[in-house]
Parts: sequence; structure tokens; C-alpha cells
Amino acid sequence: MDFSGRFSGLRILKEGLTGNKGWGPHWKDATPKEAYDVVIIGGGGHGLSTAYYLAKNHGIRNVAVLEKGYLGGGNVGRNTTIVRANYMMPGNTEFYSHSLKLWEGLEQDLNYNAMLSQRGQISLFHSDGQRDGAIRQGNAMINQGDDAELLSVGDLKKLVPFLDYKQARYPIYGAILQRRAGTARHDAVAWGFARGASERGVDLIQNCEVTGIDIEGGRVTGVQTTRGAIKAGKVAIIVAGRSSKVAAMAGMRLPIESHVLQAFVSEGLKPCIDHVISFGMGHFYISQSDKGGLVFGGDLDFYASYAARGNLPTVEHVMEAGMTLMPAIGKARVLRSWGGIMDMSPDGSPIIDKTHIDGLFIDCGWCYGGFKAVPGSGHVMAHLMATGEHHAAATKFRLDRFRTGQNLMDEEGTGSQHNLH
Amino acid sequence: MGAASMMERPAANAPIEEWDAYLHLRDNPDGVTRELWYHEYGCGAWLVVTRNTLTHEVIKCELAEKVAAKAAKKTAGAAS
Repeated sequence: MDFSGRFSGLRILKEGLTGNKGWGPHWKDATPKEAYDVVIIGGGGHGLSTAYYLAKNHGIRNVAVLEKGYLGGGNVGRNTTIVRANYMMPGNTEFYSHSLKLWEGLEQDLNYNAMLSQRGQISLFHSDGQRDGAIRQGNAMINQGDDAELLSVGDLKKLVPFLDYKQARYPIYGAILQRRAGTARHDAVAWGFARGASERGVDLIQNCEVTGIDIEGGRVTGVQTTRGAIKAGKVAIIVAGRSSKVAAMAGMRLPIESHVLQAFVSEGLKPCIDHVISFGMGHFYISQSDKGGLVFGGDLDFYASYAARGNLPTVEHVMEAGMTLMPAIGKARVLRSWGGIMDMSPDGSPIIDKTHIDGLFIDCGWCYGGFKAVPGSGHVMAHLMATGEHHAAATKFRLDRFRTGQNLMDEEGTGSQHNLH
Repeated sequence: MGAASMMERPAANAPIEEWDAYLHLRDNPDGVTRELWYHEYGCGAWLVVTRNTLTHEVIKCELAEKVAAKAAKKTAGAAS
């Protein structure tokens, strides 16, 4: 099924000369069939990439993706578009490395311009102790096969001269730079995976909310939806932000709290910030979009919320942190802000696993880091659903790790309890 | 701090599933929820706040010590 044809330079030239009348929809807006081999609940980045890799890598094409709103209308459309692989803990480090490698071949694989821009991510540190920690983290990244460079203040001043290096509270001592990190066009990632999945026969079904999960004798048999009952051999819950609610339909309680994370974009400016800059101590990070807007964000609001909007104290904190780091941005006007609902897990790391119900799988708990994981998560989730075995890059994202205490992945070293990450 | 169920601590010898549920598993409702809050920049009191996670409306706020005392009385009453 080819809805629009593949993109090529020749095609763009031809369409440009003929009034761009030849472009069609990129995917088919399907209506639900009675039964599928696999039903994926959630048409966000992770759900779409899971469907794509199920069809492409495992030949499982009788698949439906059920989305209660419109495709890509959740967190994949509400993030700050950062892609990186700078993790340290075993379990996380190999997974994000795997995901970054998939990002690097993604546009060719999908024949879709995701505008991946490997502009480099600069993570600042502010004391000798933090430098030691950063070196340890950088070494873990290098050991994993990814890149990391230690930057002195002198190096940094050449790259980003506009930071306030002498601020009293957080004087800048240096940074870790990962050159392969960067940003990508978030909507295009969802659209690219949607087109790739649709081309391979996956049914993408919008405005279809799951209202129940059918289980018989400990085995999942299908789902109830606002568009009727759908039978399924296997079902995946991939609904970041709403995981607890959907899992409750299968009688499960998850180690998840839903929190709101805000982000902001300024008016368009001429190019001034060439990298992604992370100011961890101030809970602030920033990059500049290709349109020129400064895209930045901070920390959670720190109370459970499903409201997809935050409150002003956190807005003020983020702005203050930004002004502390780079006073030059003070004159830029904020254009808009938004909030996304995060699945917060106790250790700050995700869950990709089977459940105690046969045929029911779950991919959740991405905290505030789900976007960079979009290709990796779908890739390993498809592997798990098709083969029944965890992919080598994602063996530790177990649902039961909090009960057993094994393989907890607490990157920040603050503990494995709610409200600490 | 999170869910008000944090006040219902299992016995030290309770099975591991009970401790796992207490420490990690959450109802995480979209709508009305009960949470334990600490009045950090004020009087230092622990509070049980009934709140709506969809609207951010605060519905009720009680001193946690009073809620705990009431729960203890109920348990004692049930035992006697």
C-alpha cells in the first residue's frame, strides 16, 4: 500500500514544478477489524515504532495501533526533542546506546526526514566532586562504545562564550560533551514511523479509546474500545502518562506515578545556541530549534497530575535557572509553554516487560526521557513481543525489579522511591 | 511525598509483596486522590491533602496526625 510514494530529490523537484498536487496522505486512517495478531494500545512514538519494527523485522503485519486521540498527539508531540546516550548504569547505558545508533540510521531506514541534528550535548558541572562524577559517567559512555569528551572551562568558553562562568552559586568547572547527541523533529519521527508501519499493512486507528482488556484463564484475548470489541493474540500497553489507568483494566497496579513536566519555547531568534546545553544543578536545559525558537525546560512540578499543564512556581524556577546560566536570553520573549504527563517510576528508569497475564506486554515508565528512546523502545519491544525473549539491549527493564531489588537503575543515586527523580 | 497510603505502613514481618505494594505500587488515579504533603516552607506539619489530579483543585486538607489518630482509634475499636 503506497499512499504518497517515497521521498526523493527528483520527486520533490517534480512536485515543485507541478504545484505539489501529487502528494497524498502518508498513512491510511484505518477502521478496526474484528481481530488482529497484535493490538498496540497507544499511537505515540513508542507504539508506532513498536508496530513498525514488528512489521519490518519480524514480519508480523496483522497489527493494529489504537489511539484514543490522534496519532502523535501525546508526549511525542510535547517534548523538547533531545536525543542522547549519556547514561551510566548497566541496563540503561546499553539501551540508550542502541537507541542512538537506530536514530543515526533512522531517516534512511524510514525514507523520512526526521531532521536529526547531531549538534552535541553539553552537560555542565560545577565542583571538583561533580567533575569526578562526570569523568566516571563519560568513561561509562566510552566503555559502552559511545562518545564523550571532557571539556575544560577554556574549551567551553570557545564553544559557548555566553554562559555566566563566574556565577556565585554554580561556578562552571567544565562539561561533558557528547557530539553524537542532538535533537530531532519530534512530529516527523511519529509521522515517519506511522507511514512505515502503514505501508507494511499495520492498521493505524485513531479516535479509538480502549475501555477494557479481555482476559480469559490468565491469557489476554482482546480489548474493548469505543469503536467496538477487538480480538487479539497479543496486546501491548504503550501509553506513557496513562499507564496506570490502562493497566488497571487488566487488574494491575504499577510502580508508576503520573507527573506533569513543563517545557517552553521563545520567539524565533537568529542562531545563537548551537548545542543542547544541560544545567543539571539549576534543573534547566536548552537548545535552539531550526525555526529559531529557544526550546527549554526544567524539572517536574513534583506532584501527581494528569492535567497536561503546569503551575507558575515551576515556570518561575525554570526562568530563574535560565537567567542564572545565560543572562543573555533575558530579552527573548516566551512564546508558549506546555506540559506533558510523565510516567514516573521509583528508580527513574523505564519498564519493558511481559506481565503476569499471558500475551499482555507493557512498555512504560519513561519518566522525562522517552523521546530519545522512541526507536530503541519500539525495536526491543517488538523483539520481546515477537520472540518472547528480551532483546540483549533491554534485559534489565523488568517490571518486578522493585520487588526483587535486583537491577535497579537509579542514575541519580537518590534512591528507588517515588518522588525522588 | 505522594500517595496517602504511605501512612499505612506494613508490619516489619509482613510479606515482601505487601512491602512492595506499600513502597512502589500506586493507584495513580486521574481525578480525586489523597496525598501526604509536608509543609516545608511553613509550619513543618504533615498534611493529608485530598486533591484532583485533573484540575489541580484542592478539596480537603487535614493534619496527618489527626488522620492517623482517627485511624488508630478505629483499629483499636475494631479490636476490642
